[in-house]
Amino acid sequence: MTDAVLGDTLPHDVTTFDKGYLGDGHTLRSWLFTTDHKRIAILYAVTITIFFFIGGIAIALVRIELVTPAQDFVTADEYNRLFTLHGIVMVWFFLVPSIPTTFGNFLLPMMIGARDLAFPKLNLFSWYLTIIGGALTIYMLLAGGVDTGWTFYTPYSSIYSNSHVIAAAMAVFVAGFGTIATGVNFITTIHTMRAPGMTWFRLPLFVWAMYTVSVVIVLATPVLAMTLLLMTLERFFGVPIFNPNEGGDPLLFQHLFWFYSHPAVYIMILPAMGVVSEVIPCFARRRLFGYDFMVYALIAISVIGFFVWGHHMFVSGQSAYANLVFSFLSFIVAVPSAIKVFNWTATLYRGQITYESPMLYSFGFVGLFTIGGLTGLFLASIPIDIHATDTYFVIAHFHYVMVGGTVSAFFAALHFWWPKITGRMYPEAWARFAAILMFFGFNFTFFPQFIMGWAGMPRRYGSYPPEFQIYHVLSSAGAAVLAIAYLMPLAYLTWSLRWGRRAPDNPWRATGLEWQTSSPPPTHNFEKLPIVENEPYDYHPRGYVDQEHEAAGTAESPQKGGEQR
Amino acid sequence: MRHFIFFPPEASEYARHIDWIYFGLIGISVIIVGLVVVLMVSFGIRYRRGSPAVRGRLPEWVSRDVEIGWTVGTLFAFVFIFWFAAATFITTIGATPNALEIHVVGKQWMWKIEHPNGVREINELHVPVNVPVRLVMISQDVIHSFFLPALRIKQDVLPGRYTSESFTADKTGIYNLFCAEYCGTDHARMGGRIDIMTKPDYQKWLDAQPGAHNLAEKGRQLFVRLGCAGCHFEKGHTRAPDLAGVYGSYVRLANGRTVRADEAYLRDSILQPARDIVAGYQPIMPSFKGTVSEDQIFDLVAFIKSYSGSGEAIK
Amino acid sequence: MSRATTYSAEEAALREPWEDIARQRQAVEMGMWAFLASEILFFTGIFAGYTIYRSTYPEAFWVAGGHTSLFYGGTNTAILLVSSAAMGIVPSAARWPSLGSFARTMLWVAALLGIAFLVLKGFEYAEDFDEHLFPGPDFEIHERGAQLFFAFYWCVTAIHAIHLIIGIGLVARLAIAGTRDPRWFSQTPAVQATALYWGLVDVIWTIVFVILYLPGRGS
Ligand code: HEA
Ligand code: HEA
Ligand code: HEC
Ligand code: CUA
Ligand SMILES: [Cu+2]
Repeated sequence: MTDAVLGDTLPHDVTTFDKGYLGDGHTLRSWLFTTDHKRIAILYAVTITIFFFIGGIAIALVRIELVTPAQDFVTADEYNRLFTLHGIVMVWFFLVPSIPTTFGNFLLPMMIGARDLAFPKLNLFSWYLTIIGGALTIYMLLAGGVDTGWTFYTPYSSIYSNSHVIAAAMAVFVAGFGTIATGVNFITTIHTMRAPGMTWFRLPLFVWAMYTVSVVIVLATPVLAMTLLLMTLERFFGVPIFNPNEGGDPLLFQHLFWFYSHPAVYIMILPAMGVVSEVIPCFARRRLFGYDFMVYALIAISVIGFFVWGHHMFVSGQSAYANLVFSFLSFIVAVPSAIKVFNWTATLYRGQITYESPMLYSFGFVGLFTIGGLTGLFLASIPIDIHATDTYFVIAHFHYVMVGGTVSAFFAALHFWWPKITGRMYPEAWARFAAILMFFGFNFTFFPQFIMGWAGMPRRYGSYPPEFQIYHVLSSAGAAVLAIAYLMPLAYLTWSLRWGRRAPDNPWRATGLEWQTSSPPPTHNFEKLPIVENEPYDYHPRGYVDQEHEAAGTAESPQKGGEQR
Repeated sequence: MRHFIFFPPEASEYARHIDWIYFGLIGISVIIVGLVVVLMVSFGIRYRRGSPAVRGRLPEWVSRDVEIGWTVGTLFAFVFIFWFAAATFITTIGATPNALEIHVVGKQWMWKIEHPNGVREINELHVPVNVPVRLVMISQDVIHSFFLPALRIKQDVLPGRYTSESFTADKTGIYNLFCAEYCGTDHARMGGRIDIMTKPDYQKWLDAQPGAHNLAEKGRQLFVRLGCAGCHFEKGHTRAPDLAGVYGSYVRLANGRTVRADEAYLRDSILQPARDIVAGYQPIMPSFKGTVSEDQIFDLVAFIKSYSGSGEAIK
Repeated sequence: MSRATTYSAEEAALREPWEDIARQRQAVEMGMWAFLASEILFFTGIFAGYTIYRSTYPEAFWVAGGHTSLFYGGTNTAILLVSSAAMGIVPSAARWPSLGSFARTMLWVAALLGIAFLVLKGFEYAEDFDEHLFPGPDFEIHERGAQLFFAFYWCVTAIHAIHLIIGIGLVARLAIAGTRDPRWFSQTPAVQATALYWGLVDVIWTIVFVILYLPGRGS
């Protein structure tokens, strides 16, 4: 094991950057024109990190404004622009691309034993589309922002708003095609490039998650693209499409928008589920419980997810009959999510559990996703939603699933695969501390929002009646804690790039093909293309986790782990 | 900032009922979250690395049967919750007879409210207690939403289309009124209050307001002023249909369909008469789109609804 | 089949990260179908809006449909159908080295027909403008809902035209590159992919023709 040897050399050597794919060139050119899926993943990672902080700063200002009931820190117009920026950036420039374009790009080919994605140039092109979309967003921001909310409801967006709606819509439009291209690439790769022996039911769940999410992306995103395009054409040329004065239906836009945006929330959660399904078996040293059911659940979520959009429109004036149907289907789509939660829990049973930070984040994910999902059921119940819709109850619901859920999973993935991606270990103690801080900061920020939401606090309000202040103060204080918790990984991960210990090839003794190549992986991923003979998650080939066998492993801390078999 | 509030005040039977459902759901959720957390924590501790707990082989059947068991279990639980909540919703569908009808016009950024006797108010809604009230709402510009937390009701207010919400308050007091659908700059200030009063107080309040014309009376004057009477009050009704008693009746259209003449139909008949032509008449009625405001349409509609026969024909 | 000596057509068409051309072709076709599915959903958005409005304003859509130009619409449909026929033989012809230049001629035929379509469309637009068929204050038809019809008319045809322009670009690129490197041309999966895309553009137009030009005709 050459790596283990290297691991003992000076901690200060920077040669990681000369190893594997990272050593392919250090010029800007070598990055901007690369077609290596691993390098493109890094480009994406940098991009979405920047956008995460842009969205974060916008909402930090919002939280400061909300400390007092009066509109005193920013003006009403500025406030509206801030939460809109936050929503647009966080959804389309951070969360939707987050896990697929970084970890998906980096790991998908390795997990199925391929040298690259099916269309490497298209992959780079996707990134450029994202960048063009991002540039439009920055332009929109500098030109004065947009104030429609991330939902762009007509006729406000198409006729009444005095902000840069067109730039914002086109930003999302272009970035949307970037995501579609990624989806097409993933689907093709998974269909045609699996290594010999890698049958469909041997795919790691992360790959299954990438597959189902790609299908949803490819089928849902174009509808959003068309909707925004029509809205833009109406605004720019004055052709009436949604305009009620010319007989347009004010609800048409909402139907089209949510036809995309409900599947989009699953675009945001499915990859997270994939990540957690990798991490939990690894640190529990158990085969994933109910693999088949986990696969069927992913498929069921993505299919049924297309038929529940109307639950965002219970008070919009759609028919009562439609309300009932959409409510019922929303309950049905929750069943596969429940299956997943139970399976993750059952995976722990009879394991040999350790608590490295990816595992802590995954535990956080399961708990917070359960709370977020259950409050989703509140909202799916029509009479509850009639009171709770457009209040902070909804805000709390989706931050629990998106931030508590997906962002936690994103950090789990970041720590889990960091050694593989960079060839360096991160400092475990700091990482554990950040994970715990994030969990508490998160609940501190968003739990009060459930209560004030039910108490009647409407969303998108820059000023509010004083009876809600206590909750807003709690929430803002929590957000400050959360901000620190987010800045910590930024600091120690950057630190580890230079001073972290060298990572062995398989620090977690995990199964999965990506761990069988070196850290960081060579340009074409494998010296020799692997042949797959085992089931996935083969953590205990002999049927159960053997006490003595494992006990032997304890002496060696799993991080040092270089030893494999 | 003196105290924590967990609920808005409950000012109707319906509100209390909704809170019960809410409690029920919280109860179920606490059980489920508790179950998941307890399982995770207890497995997490019991099966931590190196713990003495026994890890035998799992019997083959465990996986499948357990899996099917909890799938079916959750499915039943979910269908039950759906039914539990939907049942309440279904009782709210349908018209409330004899409701006091109040008209609401939303515009950026205020609520204009008009009572049946023509009294108008802005950003405040006075209603009598224990009387069923029905709000008929429309917007002049963008989408708004009329939100009364104390009554647990909310309904989007759309441009170009009536929507309505009904309630029967049973507790007097002053409560919040919010606009809940984002509508631009002053969305956060587009609110006010609802004042639920005893019946005598309400009457007193009404009487003290200026401009207390009967709404239908105002509509009648408009009807004459706009020239509707020229066609619709003509003897024999050969040119235009008789409007006596149309409201609530079923009208046969030229294209063979039959529609119920509700507010939306009357509104459409005034704004886009060419769309639904009454059987047996020529499409000669001009559109009054742009000539009459949403408030005036409410007046006209109120008149047509109250108008019951040629007996009171206008000289 | 020694690799070193002869530079084979397959190698010319092979791209990273593939090791054999059959696999690559399979992948390109698969990817193209996925993309076409996406495109179909893209147009479904606008067609859904059209359908909803048409059921709300059946008469207005009928009247407004009568104002479109059956001459231009019909001719353009015919043009695209012929171009698709020309395109249809390209993928199989391209595989035969002896038919390579024939296939490229067919590509040019398709591209030129596409341009002809656009030119006619331009004339049609000019005429529509003269007849005040662009939604706005001086719109020609006063029926409520007619403006909606024409809003869809302009949006759908314009978006379709953009697709066609992209299609013409792809076809021309293929023809030019094919002339430069005939061996690459005989093996590359780009031929099949371009043909599929062209087919989609044609199918979409057929639907557009049916829903925009045919209402209001006949009795
Ligand atoms: C990652 C994103 C994500 C996810 C996964 C979900 C998941 C769900 N969401 Fe959420 N939702 C959003 C993001 C998300 N949502 C966003 C962004 C909005 C607001 C948009 C806006 O207006 O700006 C929103 C709004 C929203 C609304 C509209 C609210 C309103 O505006 O009025 C509704 C209503 O039905 C809803 C429902 C649900 C349901 C039923 C699920 C289900 O899929 C959840 C399923 C999961 C579980 C149920 C938990 C696990 C289950 C168990 C442990 C089983 C045991 C349980 C029992 C036996 C009871 N969501
Ligand atoms: C998709 C992902 C996503 C993510 C990750 C977040 C993250 C956060 N969100 Fe966001 N949110 C949305 C999606 C998301 N949100 C959406 C879609 C809406 C609806 C918008 C609309 O209505 O149109 C919304 C709306 C929304 C609102 C409602 C605004 C309103 O209706 O008036 C609030 C209010 O508290 C809020 C809070 C937060 C907070 C505190 C975080 C935190 O997790 C963020 C923490 C991160 C940072 C704070 C940045 C890092 C730190 C620094 C840069 C240091 C500087 C900061 C300080 C000194 C504090 N969000
Ligand atoms: C030029 C004559 C004319 C004028 C002026 C006119 N109407 Fe009419 N109206 C008609 C005719 C003819 C019909 C039946 C055909 C139709 O439905 O369009 C009709 C139908 C109606 C209907 C539907 C009646 C039913 O039985 O379903 C209503 C309501 C109505 N008009 C209200 C009004 C109001 C209010 C005004 C004034 C603001 C008005 N009309 C002005 C000629 C007129
Ligand atoms: Cu009106 Cu918000
Ligand atoms: Cu949804």
